Amino acid sequence: MPSVPSAPNDSLVKVSNLSFAYDRRPVLSGINMEIPRGKVVAIMGASGCGKTTTLRLIGGQIKPTSGEVRVDGQVVHRLNSDALYQLRRRMGMLFQFGALFTDMSVFDNVAFQMREHTDFPEELINDLVLMKLHAVGLRGAHELMPSELSGGMARRVALARAIALDPMLMMYDEPFAGLDPISLAIVGELIRKLNDALGASSIIVTHDVQESLKIVDYVYFVSAGKVVAEGTPDEIKASKAEYVHQFVWGEADGAVPFHYPAAQPYGEEIMAHAAEVSNRG
Amino acid sequence: MNRAALDLWVGIFVAIGLGALLFLGLKVGNLTFASTGETYQLHAKFDNIGGLKVRAPVKSAGVVVGRVSEIKFDPVAYVAVVTMQIDKRYRFPRDTFATINTSGLLGEQYVSFEVGGDSVMLKNGDFIKKTQSAVVLEKLISQFLFSNKTAGSGDNAQK
Amino acid sequence: MANKLVAALTDLGHRVTSALWRLGFASRFLLMILVYSGTSLRRFHLTIREIYFSGVMSLIIILVSGLFVGMVLGLQGYDTLERYGSSSALGVLVALSLVRELGPVVAALLFASRAGSAITAEIGLMKATEQLSAMEMMAVNPIARVVAPRFWAGVLSMPLLAALFSAMGIFGGYLVGVRLIGVDAGSFWSQMQASVDFREDIVNGVIKSIVFGIIISWIAVFEGYDAEPTAEGVSGATTRTVVTSSLAVLAADFILTAFMFRGA
Repeated sequence: MPSVPSAPNDSLVKVSNLSFAYDRRPVLSGINMEIPRGKVVAIMGASGCGKTTTLRLIGGQIKPTSGEVRVDGQVVHRLNSDALYQLRRRMGMLFQFGALFTDMSVFDNVAFQMREHTDFPEELINDLVLMKLHAVGLRGAHELMPSELSGGMARRVALARAIALDPMLMMYDEPFAGLDPISLAIVGELIRKLNDALGASSIIVTHDVQESLKIVDYVYFVSAGKVVAEGTPDEIKASKAEYVHQFVWGEADGAVPFHYPAAQPYGEEIMAHAAEVSNRG
Repeated sequence: MNRAALDLWVGIFVAIGLGALLFLGLKVGNLTFASTGETYQLHAKFDNIGGLKVRAPVKSAGVVVGRVSEIKFDPVAYVAVVTMQIDKRYRFPRDTFATINTSGLLGEQYVSFEVGGDSVMLKNGDFIKKTQSAVVLEKLISQFLFSNKTAGSGDNAQK
Repeated sequence: MANKLVAALTDLGHRVTSALWRLGFASRFLLMILVYSGTSLRRFHLTIREIYFSGVMSLIIILVSGLFVGMVLGLQGYDTLERYGSSSALGVLVALSLVRELGPVVAALLFASRAGSAITAEIGLMKATEQLSAMEMMAVNPIARVVAPRFWAGVLSMPLLAALFSAMGIFGGYLVGVRLIGVDAGSFWSQMQASVDFREDIVNGVIKSIVFGIIISWIAVFEGYDAEPTAEGVSGATTRTVVTSSLAVLAADFILTAFMFRGA
């Protein structure tokens, strides 16, 4: 596979000065991040702050307005579609709700990439699939259809599918969303264990602070399209920065105001409305 | 749904679908003839073609032997030139007599060949010399009406 | 007042440009389907699977509707032809109406509502649940893997379904005309054979059904792929597939008929 030889200690993913806008609405403005090899890094922030967009930019599903993402030395948005597909074969992504193929069984879901990208004989695929499913503890469920799985099981099957080809980079989009506490702990532990077992690097996009702080090595805080804080979990917990403190300790009001910004103060708007009504009457 | 059962159903579907096409071709249409392309051309000039249309059948002894492929007006002789595609299997003598007939009183019009006795056969692109125009109903009726007054002119149905 | 006029004109302009943009996108999408068709033909079992879902699953509705349409044609045709004493032409009437028009058109309309809507809903749902994105991230092109097999399955199924519809209809006309009313079986079939031309009528009917198959499959996969990834988006796209493809089939039928049967 074509990859620029790189020093062992350099970062697998390097995000430099990345900006992105939908139409003209800026989502990301000048983000810098590094994902070192072998580490699990979390990107945290409130809903709609551009976390998922960052993942999609790293995966090359959308092109940045400016700046660049380098994965293993290659600038993602400059690759042609063949090279991009080559790169993606070495990436695994877990989508928010699993995104399992609903018309295939659990087994076929996990086997999907092997059948698409390799010439492995069916017996080998069988062994590999059962191995991957065993890793997430669902070997016994390989005959089920996705509709027969609980949310947590679906997430684990999707995880098994994402690691099917032993990727070098794993991306998790809200892996903890909508899970009960037990599934949450299982998935959290799996993410860490699989990362270390595969020797991969992982990016977790999440707003679940408590669970992710347990498993990650480094955290980036994103707010309004900018990195506002970064550090190891301990640094983050101890952080005095107003926004980080509010987020980590889950306070309703603070640096992020409870109210969506309105054009004029509440009192004025009410009075103006009343005046209008009385004029009309 | 496993793959073998799926293949079987699709196989059945394609088979009966092709069967339906074959049924349409053989039983409903006339695939055996005119689709093979084994035809040759004959032309004939008529003073009046009546309601003859392209694709009208050409019959001899009541059997369809070809189809009208083109109808043109000859601006020099002021007659209609009818081109027919005739099945290669059938040959007709040079003095064959082509008429335009109507099936039934109001039915569709077709070209009819009455075979002569010449030993030389018509070739591709030949003109049939002897023709008789379509019977125009209005003319027939008026001739019938006038024939009571001027006896002896009723036999001239041709013009 | 002037403001409202400007607003209305702006709205109209916006609608026209977005409609044109969608048409352009749909055309590019068709081109992409054709470019990425290799997979669906090389790994033909992908297409076979979709033929099962769009073709085989439409069989019942096509066969039953064909039978009834043919039987109604038999009754109505006999009633009309009998007034002119030409009930022996019943076979011609039934066969020509079915082979030239009703077979391709009615089968296409049924196919659009039975299979077209299902294709749109399926692809739309796959998009809404991020299955298409997931496939892309697994370095598998969803147009090659998901869209193209469904497109080709529709294109291949449609002529077969139309032929089955016509054949069933002719059988229905035969049942009513010959078995029930008592039209002579010999003249029913022989007049039919004498008047139905293979090239002009049957082949043209098949060409029509292939064109309709392309139109419906194209619209169905496009609407699904282009659907808003929400529940309302998918249901809206499904409705649009049925409405748009039905209208497109009828319009295309007029154009094709005008070209095919001018001289005859």
